[in-house]
Amino acid sequence: MSLSLTDEEAAWLGGDAGDGRAMAMRVLAEAARFLGADQLIEISSAHIDSCLYHGDGGVLFAEKLAGGGAGVAVPATLNVGALDLGNPGRVRGDAHYLAMARRQMDAYLEMGCRPSWTCAPYQAGHRPAAGAQVAWGESNAIAFVNSVLGARSERYGDFLDICCAVAGRAPFVGLHRTQNRAARLVLDVSGLSPALRELEAFYPVLGALLGREAGSAVAAVTGLPATLGEDRLKAMGAAAASTGTVGLFHVVGVTPEAPTLEAALQGAAAERRIDVTAEMIRAARDGLSDGGDGPLDCVALGSPHFSEAETRELVRLSEGASFRVPVYVCTGRHVIERIEADGTRRQLEARGVEFVVDTCVVVTPILAGIDGLMMTNSAKFAHYARPNTGYGVVFGSLADCVASAAAGRVTRDEAAWR
Amino acid sequence: MAVEIQGRVLIDGAAAGRVLRLAEPISFWGGVDPTSGTVIQPAHADAGRNVAGTVLALPGTVGSSSSSAIMLELVREGVAPAAVVLAEADAILALGVVVAGELGLPCPPVLVADIDAMRTGMDAEISAGGIIRLGQ
Repeated sequence: MSLSLTDEEAAWLGGDAGDGRAMAMRVLAEAARFLGADQLIEISSAHIDSCLYHGDGGVLFAEKLAGGGAGVAVPATLNVGALDLGNPGRVRGDAHYLAMARRQMDAYLEMGCRPSWTCAPYQAGHRPAAGAQVAWGESNAIAFVNSVLGARSERYGDFLDICCAVAGRAPFVGLHRTQNRAARLVLDVSGLSPALRELEAFYPVLGALLGREAGSAVAAVTGLPATLGEDRLKAMGAAAASTGTVGLFHVVGVTPEAPTLEAALQGAAAERRIDVTAEMIRAARDGLSDGGDGPLDCVALGSPHFSEAETRELVRLSEGASFRVPVYVCTGRHVIERIEADGTRRQLEARGVEFVVDTCVVVTPILAGIDGLMMTNSAKFAHYARPNTGYGVVFGSLADCVASAAAGRVTRDEAAWR
Repeated sequence: MAVEIQGRVLIDGAAAGRVLRLAEPISFWGGVDPTSGTVIQPAHADAGRNVAGTVLALPGTVGSSSSSAIMLELVREGVAPAAVVLAEADAILALGVVVAGELGLPCPPVLVADIDAMRTGMDAEISAGGIIRLGQ
């Protein structure tokens, strides 16, 4: 099977729309060949993860694209960069790191991407319609746009996301196609106690279990409350996309392609069915901690970026508290603008919260030292903290994190997990 | 006795080196140090080994799509594998090599092939068109 291009696409590849567009088309055509695509599909939006600095190659690539006159053909938001732009002292990089990270971010702005700098663009106004074909990067954002919004994106990674945005095209494979969006695996949680299913911390744990069981397969979850909020779906998807390569999951009765289990399965029979037990949930929760329960060095919240509602919940839970260790809240400027206006930011900072904006503590050097013990309510932070920061990690609920930060050591309420 | 394997070409080219066959799948992002080529994934069976200059046989890749950026860095730093042989096609690693080519850097061949016969320490020679020859 070989890739066939429209006359217009072939002309772009030939350089008719400039060197930058031609370069994007070359990369895109190679990716389409690797993926076995026979055509490209028009997209209507993109979310770009390539703006994070991993080394000078990424800077040179972006500057070559931008220097060739490339601009995005569709609305494109940016994922986090390696800098907190409003707080230059926040990131502990050397001069080369800071300068190159900035050059990389600037090149994406030059190509016309929006300075959203968040891994939760879907909570910053970027919400494609159900059924829209899009090209999104960043694993949690991909899971959310597919699962919760019902738009259609394959899992785009570094370099390919921006090339899709510049071309306004994506390889027509994978989750862009209806038949590949059918659930093959069913996770039934209806046997768990309602109290467990009410816990905020249950959702990242369930996501971690889902990712491990599903791998790259599409799963449907049955037995969750129909009132399930977006922040819980966000935490669940981010977890599933960390422990597995989940790009899409369905929650029956909640997400748009799963009004019923039959709809989620597209009429076929499930290949595998798992009745989730409390033991499985406890094991998945315990698998998110590797750091023991000694003195704590910090709490990290906001992976994916904290929403406005989550900051308000933190205000409520930490009423009267004074934190003995730094509590990092990673979020985007879309949230900061709102919580600055009404004094929430100042109130949380007075209790010991440190806001990390446009970036996060796991993707760029922010934490003191190269080891220590971190507590988090994010399964994604729990998954990546050790390899990326050297810190050991303990997973707990938001309330556990607040209590532990106030005590300076790990404390967890075990009641609902028993 | 020499063994010959025909691979599917993702990135074409010729290369030679000692085989490093990883015992389990790896995420290049967070799993391979981009400045040295050393495997740093905690608890990985091959942690501490170095991919630079090897004919790297991978049973699979997992995790982050930022692995293409790490592949590009390995090439740019001169510590990339001489060639990569994947048991399963992986567009992410190969894309890092495509971008290296766009930046005028040398591109290690990337093939998809049955890696069962490939053992760490064997000599391997790869020629254009995706042919892998294994020596002792």
